Amino acid sequence: MTQVALQSRLPRTYRIKSIKQETEMVRTFTFDGSLGAKPGQFVMVWLPGVDEVPMSVAEDDGAVTKLTFFAVGDMTKELATRKGGDLVGLRGPFGTFYEWKPGEHIVLVAGGYGAAPMYFVAKETVSHGCTMEVIVGERSKEHLLYLKELESLPHVSLHVATNDGSVGHKGLNTEVLEKLLEACQSKDDGQTEKEGKAPSFAPLELRKGKQKTGKAKSSDAVDQVFACGPEMMLKRVSEITAHYKVPSQLSLERYMKCGYGLCGNCVVDPLGIRLCCEGPVVKNETCVNITEFGKYHRDALGKKHLFGEKT
Amino acid sequence: MNLSQTILGVTFENPTVLASGIMGITASSWRFAAKNGAGAITTKSLWLREHKGHPNPTIISTAHWTLNAVGVPDAGPEKAREEIGSFMQDKPVPLIANIIADSVENFAKTAEEILPLKLDFLEVNISCPNVEDEFGKPFACSAPDAARVTKAVKAVSKKTPVFIKLSPNVDNIGAIARACAEAGADGFTAINTVGPGMAIDLRSRMPILANKVGGLSGPGIKPIAVKCIADVYAATDGELPIIGTGGVYTGEDALELILAGASLVGIGTALGERGVDTFAKICEEMQLFCTNEGIDDIADLVGGMHRELASRGQALKKSSSSNIAL
Repeated sequence: MTQVALQSRLPRTYRIKSIKQETEMVRTFTFDGSLGAKPGQFVMVWLPGVDEVPMSVAEDDGAVTKLTFFAVGDMTKELATRKGGDLVGLRGPFGTFYEWKPGEHIVLVAGGYGAAPMYFVAKETVSHGCTMEVIVGERSKEHLLYLKELESLPHVSLHVATNDGSVGHKGLNTEVLEKLLEACQSKDDGQTEKEGKAPSFAPLELRKGKQKTGKAKSSDAVDQVFACGPEMMLKRVSEITAHYKVPSQLSLERYMKCGYGLCGNCVVDPLGIRLCCEGPVVKNETCVNITEFGKYHRDALGKKHLFGEKT
Repeated sequence: MNLSQTILGVTFENPTVLASGIMGITASSWRFAAKNGAGAITTKSLWLREHKGHPNPTIISTAHWTLNAVGVPDAGPEKAREEIGSFMQDKPVPLIANIIADSVENFAKTAEEILPLKLDFLEVNISCPNVEDEFGKPFACSAPDAARVTKAVKAVSKKTPVFIKLSPNVDNIGAIARACAEAGADGFTAINTVGPGMAIDLRSRMPILANKVGGLSGPGIKPIAVKCIADVYAATDGELPIIGTGGVYTGEDALELILAGASLVGIGTALGERGVDTFAKICEEMQLFCTNEGIDDIADLVGGMHRELASRGQALKKSSSSNIAL
């Protein structure tokens, strides 16, 4: 029962210290104080009299806690009307978090507002001597999040993909991931890197104190891939990283109530694991066994809904 | 040391049961509980039709207590058929289906929908404290109401044993149990959550639960569960099996409920703190205690306190007869 002391399962309201308008629909609230959240963990965010929803933590540096949210649902639209000094309830942190070893070379794949928790990961990992390729994907330029923050970090090489090509690669961030892993693999195979085909953005010179053995067939230049974003993007990251035999950790999302393993609403088929306890960050070796991954999710009643279906 | 028992023709490898309302929405979840040591699983309450629960927050805790007002959401019998059907294909452990309804007739109708799924026991939830705004006082708060529901469900249940889930929030749980027994109940589940209770956020001055109030669970309710189980056992002469539920976190907690009269022990809130493998941990702890005490069979402990008291001429008083005209 020791974890109870570290984790708040009872919401407490905090006053919004400052608000940053990130894009038209996305805001970041900063609160004084820390819940001790690690990158990838989530908190339950409560608006008294309205609702409570789970949100990934955008930053918790021990002094302040930040939440970046997209005003899409009833609760988050209401939340977006709150001003500095207004009260918001927080409880947590809950769930698993991204895990790495010092000095690893990690690729981060961020889709949509997944960029916020990915920034939190990047900030922590670079402080552990890791080097990073960050691939941020969005519909178009004006929706991109956390670019400046990511650019400001050392040992981070930033790649941008937009659906409309308004900046960076025209297409999906997962296409950039695939090219990157393919380039690493062809190097491992002893083939000459073809200029133009291999991404010119792979700054392997940033990697410190690591030498490739050259014998492994897998893409060992990249130690791990972390991803956070829409389910269909995650599904693609799962497929790509499995294909290139690179370990990956994916942040999955399901409807949640309690946040600590009791209600059973965020359980996935057929494993029965709870995404609030055994997730939200799940290793791909487990993700590939989740049959509903990329197919359906359940609502508050436990009813199935296919991805892409209107709810 | 033997933890397995056969109760009303159903064999349970160990006495731990996933309590209703906890992790109980899908077959995958039930299998996960079974894989982590649960001796049986109970479904979340099933309704005759789709039923919406309450908005969040629905479950909040401190180290001492948990309040919940999930509001018994359910997608209806079609989903129940799919999930129970899936579980039954390999059925790792016995399945107890929990049903709920808003009227005596609908309890019987819901039972009729669910019974063809060949579950092991039917548990009848007449004691949820979280839907009072919608449906008024639970049936479990009145002996005649509780007996009427029991009789209606028994009329359609055929060979499936019917367990009535009782409320601790009553003056005389023994009399209510007796009324249900006289109406044909095959067993009891005791207890549902206590209260309801309330928690207030200081800065916003608002109740934290969206439903304002919620059922109390957690380690502090165990003494209430022990007392209620003892009353139900005494009131029915220990003749009907009891699934004891309330505040069980350890093997010793489970043994205490068993001594009070429980044959099986429901585990719920503890899973949030000790993990999903609480079932396996509790079994190990029961094994350890029993082995050290030279106890060979868990069944020998069921109602042990009553036999000890009787041997000293101090048996609990049976509550007065209910004398209910049905």
